[in-house]
Amino acid sequence: MNNNEQFEPVIIGFTCNWCSYRAADLAGTARVKYPPNVRLIRLMCSGRLDPTFVFKAFASGADGVLITGCHPGECHYQEQNYKAMRRFLLLRRTLAQMGIEPERIKLVWASAAEGVKLAGEITKMVAEVRAVGPLNWPVAGNGAHLDQPNPEEVTA
Amino acid sequence: MSGNGSGKPKFAMCWAASCGGCEIAVLNTHEKILDVDANFDVVFWPVAMDAKYKDVEAMPDGAITLTLFNGSIRNSENEEIAHLLRRKSQILVAFGSCACEGCIPGLANLSSSKELIETAFTGISTDNPQDLRPAYSWKAPEGELHIPKFYPVLKTLDQVVNVDYYMPGCPPESHQISAVIDLVIQVLHGQGELPPAGAVIGAGNSTVCDECQRTRNVKQIKKFMRIQDIQADPSLCLLEQGVLCNGPATRSGCTALCPSAGAACIGCYGPAEGVLDYGARLISAVASVIDSQDPDEIESILDGIPDPAGMFYRFNLAGSLLRSSKAAWKTNGNQ
Repeated sequence: MNNNEQFEPVIIGFTCNWCSYRAADLAGTARVKYPPNVRLIRLMCSGRLDPTFVFKAFASGADGVLITGCHPGECHYQEQNYKAMRRFLLLRRTLAQMGIEPERIKLVWASAAEGVKLAGEITKMVAEVRAVGPLNWPVAGNGAHLDQPNPEEVTA
Repeated sequence: MSGNGSGKPKFAMCWAASCGGCEIAVLNTHEKILDVDANFDVVFWPVAMDAKYKDVEAMPDGAITLTLFNGSIRNSENEEIAHLLRRKSQILVAFGSCACEGCIPGLANLSSSKELIETAFTGISTDNPQDLRPAYSWKAPEGELHIPKFYPVLKTLDQVVNVDYYMPGCPPESHQISAVIDLVIQVLHGQGELPPAGAVIGAGNSTVCDECQRTRNVKQIKKFMRIQDIQADPSLCLLEQGVLCNGPATRSGCTALCPSAGAACIGCYGPAEGVLDYGARLISAVASVIDSQDPDEIESILDGIPDPAGMFYRFNLAGSLLRSSKAAWKTNGNQ
């Protein structure tokens, strides 16, 4: 990457069919601007978010992961967003041990009416991840291998 | 063990980064080991007999019918032997948790090489008054000596060579090893068929929970506890009692030995069928049963799990989607 160019992070955004996906849609129809760095994936519910998706995103080259869902108490499936919250909190601790900065994973509640809020949160997250820098996890995809180690750098 | 040239199919077993428990498990099959000797010519097995790497190198490619490879790839010697045995073997089995998924040695992937070497050479259990460190080459009067290169990120066997079958377990249970030996011997006599390439052998297709005899009800956890801190009900699911148990994500095949003995499953049989990332599955399962909807309370309940990565990836870190922590792969010169 050229030093003069601004680093453009890749962020995978998981959205809920009943709220945040519609919030993103609303932001679009209302022509609210937000950076194009986030790739939205629609799930039926934030409770559908298997932590595997997050590990796979990071291992496949994502710089950040945004998880979005309905506000507490407003889940279309009663209380699955609470499950998403609990998984997120445990996931964040595990990722920290793996050396993945807390800025790279975020949980945001956004109702279908909150297009402006969602756009604002995305803008904020893109700036935060940009400040942390690229992640470049070295196992892109399943078939890739880590580079051969440089033994000179291994000794204490 | 028989000598060369008997005309029997050749058998090899080799260890890389491992503890030797897998070899003990093989010997623990008791009389079954005699069947191995009756049906195979054991050509290479460093733990049990004297043979040199050059003996293996001298064999034609594909000369060994069956190789059980246990241990993970920690250094350049491990990788070299993995390639050599792959070339010489018709069937290469990743035998045991280390070869399949990294196992306990794989936990080193949470730390940088510098930390590992510091711990090994200056740790509290090490007496090293001259503060010696390993050197990869050394000029001795007899010539220059070399030792294998240490890899910053430990790898599983299938991350360096193609593997035909996976046999999980730390170590694989002896009754499972016996069953696999029986199957291979049947195949040799034309009385059976090998499973499809890439299959997991010597294990079940379900989870440890399925084999566990403890009663399961609805799980609602307010506090995680260590097994030694409670008087656990011997008939009730351990996870329900707040003791972290890896059963829900772990492959069956061990007959739920640990939970039946009063200890939680630690996950040595690796990911259950269809589980892509073992730790992710456990995070999902454990977080789901926490009985709280308040973020602060959830955080304080989670404080009861002091080392989530070590707990959820105890056996599976090197074989997981991320494979290692940033601290380990950064030593790699990638960044």
